[in-house]
Parts: sequence; structure tokens; C-alpha cells
Amino acid sequence: MDNRPPNTISEVMEQDQNHIDSDVVIVGGGLNGATLALALAGAGFSATLIDSEPGQPNRDRPFDGRSYAIALGSQRMLATLGLWDGLAPDSQPILQIKASDGRAGQGAAPFFLHFDHAELEEGPMGFMVEDRHLRPALMAAVAKHPTIRHLTGVRVTAQGMGRTQSVWVQLDGGDVAGQTVTARLLIGADGRRSGVAQRAGIGRMAWGYGQTALVCAIEHTRPHHGTAHQFFMPAGPLAILPLPGNRASIVWSEKDTVAADILALPDPEFLTVLQPRFGDFLGNFQQIGARYSYPLGLSLAKSLIGPRLALVGDAAHGVHPIAGQGLNLGLRDIAALAEVLTEARRRGEDIGQANTLARYQQWRRFDVAALAMVTDGCNNLFSNDNPVLRPLRDLGMGVISALPNLRRRLMREAAGLTGDLPRLMRGIPL
Amino acid sequence: MQNDARTTIDPSEVAKFEAMAAEWWDPNGKFKPLHMLNPCRLDYITAQIAAEFGRDMQDPLPFQGLRLLDIGCGGGLLSEPMARLGADVTGADAAARNIPVAQLHAEQSGLTIDYRCTTAEDMADSGAQFDVVLNMEVVEHVANPLTYLTACQRLLKPGGLMICSTINRNPKSYLMAIIGAEHIMRWLPKGTHDWRKFITPNELETLITQAGLTPVDRQGFVFNPVLWRWSLSARDLSVNYVTASTKPA
Repeated sequence: MDNRPPNTISEVMEQDQNHIDSDVVIVGGGLNGATLALALAGAGFSATLIDSEPGQPNRDRPFDGRSYAIALGSQRMLATLGLWDGLAPDSQPILQIKASDGRAGQGAAPFFLHFDHAELEEGPMGFMVEDRHLRPALMAAVAKHPTIRHLTGVRVTAQGMGRTQSVWVQLDGGDVAGQTVTARLLIGADGRRSGVAQRAGIGRMAWGYGQTALVCAIEHTRPHHGTAHQFFMPAGPLAILPLPGNRASIVWSEKDTVAADILALPDPEFLTVLQPRFGDFLGNFQQIGARYSYPLGLSLAKSLIGPRLALVGDAAHGVHPIAGQGLNLGLRDIAALAEVLTEARRRGEDIGQANTLARYQQWRRFDVAALAMVTDGCNNLFSNDNPVLRPLRDLGMGVISALPNLRRRLMREAAGLTGDLPRLMRGIPL
Repeated sequence: MQNDARTTIDPSEVAKFEAMAAEWWDPNGKFKPLHMLNPCRLDYITAQIAAEFGRDMQDPLPFQGLRLLDIGCGGGLLSEPMARLGADVTGADAAARNIPVAQLHAEQSGLTIDYRCTTAEDMADSGAQFDVVLNMEVVEHVANPLTYLTACQRLLKPGGLMICSTINRNPKSYLMAIIGAEHIMRWLPKGTHDWRKFITPNELETLITQAGLTPVDRQGFVFNPVLWRWSLSARDLSVNYVTASTKPA
């Protein structure tokens, strides 16, 4: 907290005549922050959205290789917020998921898991959406909303509680340097290294896997038929996710040391290393867009809430992207928080008071911990070449394949349709 | 510091009142049971007012233009939400020490609420009238329920709405509200409630009718020990329950 925090709103105003006030202040203007601002503004709240990144990405950018697996529940949420119609033409439905145990040079094991959306009454299990479409769609909607004030290229230097029922943050950068924002609630959507959480003294539990995810996109000659593939390789999972046209997104996890070597390779040689990992079922391929790398690890905030403060997305929990659940988990936080705050407001409650926030924490904590443990466990089970474990997981996959009910349950889980679903994820407006 | 004309509190007393306000508003403090029950009470109150006066809860200030009296307002746990929803709120409490505490907290919340140390009977004698009277967890503490409810009736404008909650009188309520809440959980100080003063829903309905009001709805507040929260029940009025009644136009 700051050295000498202002004690009351009137004192803040004395120090800063131009201070900004809104119902909520959201720090972090990425996908999570922008979606939260839209969900809250749609429910009648005013929001100040603070983004440390400058400017807004324009539409019609070339593909940069980044894309997201949007689970069905998340897609419903985007639709309820009025964003899906614009995204649908550029999205790729995931119609099937095939998961198998693989070893480089040896191909897939005989048993593999096959999930077909025809078994799920709700439709496709999810959709692939490219960053160049999702981000501008969110930013355009934010810009259009009269009750969202979007500040870009602005950092937060300090935050604290007013003695009145309020919270404040101090800004630096742009034409608002030195200004203060006051609000009833401060929301940290500022990623794994959340400054909001740090300044509030909320600790984190973090551990790495010694693995790095290499992300890129390819253009291939044979059609993918909307199938997502997941190969469990000894070093880590390799996911091939279908994009519109004959294109796919590759998420390839390797041990840190190996990944560093691969990352250093020039593009053509990179492809010659990648090719034998998944065979030739997509024909010949070439890389499109850039390559990205992310160290894999789990990072959980010890609390999702603090005094007049809530954390969402990676600020609350950075999970292993093994199942593409990072963004989807963040959207669930947002849907739950927006619902809790809207209910509180309609009762006339103070949206930043402790027992309002406790309802959000209670709703989300179990889900977050459970998913973190499952992804962690999955990774430990699948990312090794132990001769005992490999036959075991082959057997496990064979069993799941033979049991339609268990298979449907896993599919609904992956599609984000299980648990105590917030309204937005069920397609119901707040 | 600005000089606020609404403040009538002796500055030397402010620290003491701030501590008391913090106590009233601490969800894990002395008034924890009220904080736990509050969302459920507010759900009922807001739904009844919205239905009676045709208000849309999606509006930013749905209760604008309604005059509301909160009897036994305490620290303002109901008065503040009502003011935030746009109602013109008067909070009355017979305990003088609660008034500056509630005033101070309302100012901190940026809300204007008219808090007064008075009783329902005295206010009714003054001729004040309201669209809504909140009468929550009070009737089981008064000496003469019919006199008190008649004062509440006089405080309503014709067509006005009274929300009244209390505790049922039966072996279960003795076990839950006296043994459970006061002796086992220690949610409430021992002696907070006198079981003999508890009122059954039918007795309350008779009293309300005798006081000149028309009962329109009643529901139970039920505590779920698994979810550790209260919810409304149309069927289970066995311990805590709430009623709505209107004054004929």
C-alpha cells in the first residue's frame, strides 16, 4: 500500500481535482479485463478499464499465430454479451477430439480416446478463434460502451482503501499521469504477476513443470475435418487444433532445455523437427505467423479476494494450458463475479463489501483448485515415459473409449458445461 | 476536511462511533447472524416492493420516489441498501447509541438517510406516513404487539406496504433460535430472545388484520447448514419467517 494514503474521497479530491470515479476499476486491459468490463457495463455498472499496453489493435491484421480454444460455455457467454455474431464467420467449430498416447518415431498407441460432438446434444465442444479477431472485437465493443472508460498506456503506481466505503488507485502514463481513480471495487485482471495482488499483499503459490509450450500455426494440404488432436508425448503434450480452412494451431510442450534448442532453430528446420512428432495425416505443411513460447507452470493466488478487491483470470490462477482451459477458466471467473455483483446491486448491497466478495470466492475457489489439480495430475501422468505408466494410461484410454457415459461426462467437462454454471455461461443475460 | 452540515456528532465521539460502526458492519463480528440473513431478507423486501409498486429491479434507482421507514434500523443494514436503490429512507431506532453510528456509516457510504431516535408509536403520533414500512425482527421484542402493529399501520399511506419478519413459536424454534443460536453457536447474546414472545404465522396474520392491514404474502427464512446460507421457502415457516401486508387504499 501507499506511504500516505488519502483517507477519504474528499481528501483524494483535494489532492486531485480531476479524479475519476466509477463503480468498479479494472486493472489489466487484456481479454479478461475487457470481457469483464463489458459484462459489468451491460448489467448497468460504470467501469474504468486500465491497460498498460498502448493503443488498440486494429482489425484486418494478418494472422500472427495466436488463437484460443473457446469452450461451449465460453462461446455462450460471448454470444450473450453480443460478441459472437461478429466472431462466428471466422471461427472453427471443434467437432471431434482425438487424444492418444504417442512417442516420437513410434506413432500413436493402439488405444486412443475419440470424442465426437454428435454424442453431445449441445453441439460442437468448442470453437477455435484467432487472437486477431477476438481482441479487436472486444476492444471495439469496449470503445462503443458509454459507461466504460478505457485508459490505455497507463500504469497503476499505488492503490489503497479510503476510510469511506471506497478504494483508490493512482495512475501514471498518458494524459492521466498523477490522477486518481476511486471506485467501490478494484478488480485485478493483470495476469500471473498481478500488481494488484502484490500491492494488496496477496501471496501466490507457484510451481513450474520444467516445460515450455511452443505455439505456432501451420497451413496444411489435407483437410482437418474440425478434429482436434492431443498426443501425450513423453516430454509433454502436443495439441493440434483446427483453424478455419486448411490451417491448424500447434501447442507443443517440451522440456525447457529441449524447447530452448528448438526455439533457436530457424523456421524451416523447426518444421523438420515438428513433422515426425505427429506424422503425415494432415499432408505437407508450412508455418504461418510467428512462433511463441510460454514456460509452463501453475500459479495460484492464495486468495481470490481482499478488502474491496477481487482477482480474475491469470491474476487468480495461471493453469497449465494442457487442456486449453486458461482463457475459459478466466471467463468463468468473470461470469461468476459479474453475477455476484449484479445480484448484490439489485439488493442494494455495497458491491465491494466483504460478504459480497466472499460469495465470489466461495463460488470459484473450489473450481479453480480442482482444475489446477486435474491439469497438474494429467500432466504428471501423461508427460513421462515410465514403462509402467504407459500401458496403464493406454488401458485407461481404452476403458474411457468403451464407456459412452464416462466419455460424455469428460466431453461436457471439456466443453465447460459442468459444475455450478454462472448465468452468462448458460446463455442467460444478467 | 470538508465541513459536512449533516454531521451533528461531537467530534470527540467520532472515533468511538467509528469503532461501533465497524462492529455493526463487520460480517464476521458481533452481528454475523444478521449479515448472513441479510441477502435473503433483501431478496424478499426488494421483490415485494418491486411487485407492489411496479418497479423494475434492472433500473439503476428502482425505488426512487418511495418513502420508506426502517423500524429498528440498528447500524443501517437494511436502510443503506434501500437508500442505494433510490428510496427516501428514514431509519428509526429506540436505542439512542445506534443513531450516530448509523449516520456516520451512511456518510462514509455517500448515502443520505434520515436516522432518528424514536419509536413507531411516537412517529405515528407525529402524523408521518410512508409508502413502505420495514418491520424486521422487531415485533418479538415489543411489549404489546397489537399496539405496535397498529402504529405501523398508521405509519403507512393508503396502498402502502409493510414487510414484517419474526420467529415462530414451537419446539423447533426453541431449539434453533434459543438453544442453537444463543447457547451453542453463540450467534446472539444469551437472553436476546424470549421464546414466549415468539409469534406463530397465524397469530401474526390475525394481529396484522386486527391492526387494519391486509396480509398478502408469507414465506420462511430457512438456514441450510450444508451451504451455510439462508434461503426463502414458501413451505417452511417453522422458525424464521417474513410476511407482506398492505394498507387498503
